[in-house]
Amino acid sequence: MATTQTHRLAEGGIVDRMKPLSFTFDGATHTGYVGDTLASALIANGVRLVGRSFKYHRPRGILTAGSEEPNALAELRSGARREANSRMTTTELYDGLEAASQNRWPSLKRDLLAINQLGAPFFVAGFYYKTFMWPARFWEAVYEPMIRRAAGLGDTAKLPDPDHYEKAWAHCDVLVAGAGPAGISAALAAGRAGARVILAEEDFIAGGRLLSDDAVIGGMSGAEWLAGALAELAAMDNVRLMLRSAVFGAYDGGTYGVVERVNDHMPTPPAHEPRQRLWRVVAKRCIVAMGAIERPVAFANNDRPGVMMASAARTYLGRFGAVPGRRIALFTNNSDGWKTVDAALNAGIEIAAVIDARDELPTEYLARGRAGGFRVLHGVVGDVTGGRGGISKAKVALKDGGTAVVEADCLAVSGGWNPAVGLTCNQRGRPVWRDDIAAFVPGDCPAGMTVAGAANGDFSLSDCLAGGHEAGVEAAGATGHARKAGQAARAGTDTYALTALWHVSGKGKAFVDQQNDVTVADIRLADTEGFSSVEHLKRYTTLGMATDQGKTSNVNGLAIMAGISGRTISETGTTIYRPPYVPVAIGTFAGHHRGENFQPVRLTPSHRWAAARGAAFVDVGAWKRAQWYPLPGEKTWLESVNREVLAVRNGVGFCDVSTLGKIDVMGPDAGAFLDRVYINTFSTLAVGKARYGLMLREDGLVMDDGTTARLAEDHYFMTTTTANAALVMQHLEFCRQVLWPELDVQLASATDQWAQFSIAGPKTREVLRDILDPSEDISNEAFPFMGAGEVHLRGADFTARLFRISFSGELAFEISVPRGFGEALAENLMRVGGPLGITPYGTEALGVMRLEKGHAAGAELNGTTTAGDLGLGRMMSAKKDYIGRVMAGREALIDPGRQVLVGLKPVAKSGRLFSGGHVFAKGAQPGPDTDDGYVTSVGFSPVFGQYLGLGLVARGRERIGEIVTVRDPLRNTACDCEIAGPAFYDPDGGRQRG
Amino acid sequence: MRLACPFCGERDASEFTYLGDAAPVRPDAADGDARALHDSFHDYVYLRDNVAGVMREWWYHSGGCRVWLTVERDTRTHEIHTVEPAPGATAAVKAGRGER
Repeated sequence: MATTQTHRLAEGGIVDRMKPLSFTFDGATHTGYVGDTLASALIANGVRLVGRSFKYHRPRGILTAGSEEPNALAELRSGARREANSRMTTTELYDGLEAASQNRWPSLKRDLLAINQLGAPFFVAGFYYKTFMWPARFWEAVYEPMIRRAAGLGDTAKLPDPDHYEKAWAHCDVLVAGAGPAGISAALAAGRAGARVILAEEDFIAGGRLLSDDAVIGGMSGAEWLAGALAELAAMDNVRLMLRSAVFGAYDGGTYGVVERVNDHMPTPPAHEPRQRLWRVVAKRCIVAMGAIERPVAFANNDRPGVMMASAARTYLGRFGAVPGRRIALFTNNSDGWKTVDAALNAGIEIAAVIDARDELPTEYLARGRAGGFRVLHGVVGDVTGGRGGISKAKVALKDGGTAVVEADCLAVSGGWNPAVGLTCNQRGRPVWRDDIAAFVPGDCPAGMTVAGAANGDFSLSDCLAGGHEAGVEAAGATGHARKAGQAARAGTDTYALTALWHVSGKGKAFVDQQNDVTVADIRLADTEGFSSVEHLKRYTTLGMATDQGKTSNVNGLAIMAGISGRTISETGTTIYRPPYVPVAIGTFAGHHRGENFQPVRLTPSHRWAAARGAAFVDVGAWKRAQWYPLPGEKTWLESVNREVLAVRNGVGFCDVSTLGKIDVMGPDAGAFLDRVYINTFSTLAVGKARYGLMLREDGLVMDDGTTARLAEDHYFMTTTTANAALVMQHLEFCRQVLWPELDVQLASATDQWAQFSIAGPKTREVLRDILDPSEDISNEAFPFMGAGEVHLRGADFTARLFRISFSGELAFEISVPRGFGEALAENLMRVGGPLGITPYGTEALGVMRLEKGHAAGAELNGTTTAGDLGLGRMMSAKKDYIGRVMAGREALIDPGRQVLVGLKPVAKSGRLFSGGHVFAKGAQPGPDTDDGYVTSVGFSPVFGQYLGLGLVARGRERIGEIVTVRDPLRNTACDCEIAGPAFYDPDGGRQRG
Repeated sequence: MRLACPFCGERDASEFTYLGDAAPVRPDAADGDARALHDSFHDYVYLRDNVAGVMREWWYHSGGCRVWLTVERDTRTHEIHTVEPAPGATAAVKAGRGER
């Protein structure tokens, strides 16, 4: 592999020069090494221009070396795996990686939208609110398409993601967020003390700044200490180190969100492995050791490629052996920035000059310049020049009033450090301003959270090690682990001294937020226009939005606003920090819950059997129910449904009704309990009988209905509707546990324990006689309508339950067998019923038959109807209290003008009704005032040879026989219908009693 | 958010179903005339305090033991103070121990 790495040091860093990798950027092939990030590899290849900015399409380079990166965003991979806005600085290089720059057209070097720079006055703060306003008709035709083309950062794949994501839980005593010196020290201490520790690190190598900066710890090099510490952690089985795992949020009750990028460093995940994993870590304590983020200084053209954070320049040199510039200048307002000088000199890189902006410049620094052979200028950088390929000169304003020009191809900038307080503020805690370090430090943390090291504003290595150790010991102790934790490792002290500097005045755009192209002038304008509160500033200018969430810009922005508006930074305050701290893909939150796995699927006991017969299925809640069973030659679903209905009406059919909720209600007070939850009485029901029951909500409206049978003195078997099964169970438990704890009654959900089939039609007994043990008598005398009991089947050693109930209006039984026997029962019914023409039927035929019978179902139990509305008012017992009784008596709920359940039969046999159509008196002008109600259910009745409907119609029962007009303004239809009693078919019920 | 179910131990809030304020008590339907009953049931069904602070609430362990719990929760911070089973929830436990 021929090297393209013109900017790679011959040695140094922790990349593996024996393991080269090939990758492409905007189609050009480059090489890098194992251990590189995409950013470090691009730098090693001398690539400086990596993207165009959001609004102005200005050329941008790599600013940082971490997840705070605002500029260096790429579209990774291609096709369905293309992922926009991937931060090059955290993208681990792999062989074959494909990356493309964003926000440019047609190419990165020749970007036509760079013309936006000329329109800059147009794109000032609040431009969304100020432009595109007039003329109004331009909005849809011109402005919106234009904004859509220009808006956003990268482009998404627009294809289903072929990878999968998963979710997991983890529990520990102590979660340590960040494996830098402070985090490792904390994990060592807590681990030694005996606590269960999870140490989560966003990077793919643990070590934090130790990977980039030279250090001496306990007489060893930083690298040696790190290797020893990691080995010790690995040897402790109570400590788990999670790499590529960013803690992104602190949630209630000590739950933390962690995103593990399991296979982002692979072209495609290995078989059966997820790309990413969402961890919810439940930790008794959390130690935040997420370090600090170096902040820029705003000066004219500070966004040019080649301007880079000082710490990032050190990281590229020290960790990756990649050279960000041949001649580096440093602009710093603090002592820490000077470390970059040493790193560059050690690497043999020329230092052009150091521009130190501090009020007092200690003389020792001047001496360092003389020794190193570079100029030390006391002043500030006011501007840089250079094109898209990178800077060439920095213009310096000296404290003494003079100017200087520094020739350099890389300007390393340090404006000081901001502790990474984000996670500590997730529960509305506000950070606290510290003047001595000119930065916010954590204030009130969520319960159980402590902060150590640079995240706490303790920037020196010795403080990080000591602070981490102390936090680790404390957290372990608080979770009951007090074994010896040893001593904190020691390092030399260095003092952090700075003079706060946020921006340098001058001509030209000085960028505060490079990701959103927010300049110092925008902040000034926002203040002028009254948007000086930080929350307004953010929304008005977009400062701190998008993928980096202002990690390099928020504090600078509000500090500049403080200066402009004459307030202190404390008074100005910060915006609220919300999770996620780093971007997390929606797919990661979804995990496996997508497509057909979006929710669990419940299958009926006869599902496999029905599927083998080619049944069409319909989703009913989580259930898949057979909707109809097409036969060869049937061209439409209606043909199949009509055949199924007629088979039941004239012969026999069966239907799997196992989806109905089933609840065993047991105990000496079971009858009394049911009396209080149903409007009718169950305590008087004889053993061996079933009864239809209706439940109200406490507000007097209908909640659910079903049939409940009494199997023994102290045992009732309740059925509920499919849709409300869980809700009714919850309601009954509330009644039992909360309202009437004195009742001796127990509830058990048995929905999944029983396979229940309805067998219906005049020939039902003939089929059943072949199924049941010959000793079972199911004659009308022995097993009358609404009878119930336990029965035995031929050749079966289990007890089945038989109920003589009918939803279809035909002679019918429902039979329950243990769930595992459901499929066998279906097969058996087909076998014995075959000669009789037995026909399995689905939910459509079931629905047609219930409509022909005028039974209320889900569309009528719609949360607005009363028992009276459904024609069941006479069931409401006056002799007892029950849920909903008092409120059901409210004036409006017993108003005789209410809309009540009726049948609607088109006058013309060809008349077509639609659910949702509204009912008007014939000849009435349609309108809200004349609206008499609406159609709830419609079906084609093969018995009547026409469509029939059920509806809720005002005073409907008094209007039987009246011709009304049903209007459907959506389909623009009108259909004259006769109002009928809801039961069209066999209204006297003779068939079901026969 | 996590709730310490007295039967199942500490569990994530996603296992639970929230009902609301535990303060309202269902009136005795034998109390008072029809008008008074309407009023008392109206208050029971509809009137709730919008508490900013510690509130007693009903939670149902729908993804666990199906026990109704009264939870004292600070509505401002989600801090959980106490978790107690409903009076009728312990009946089964007591019955199992031969207590009544």
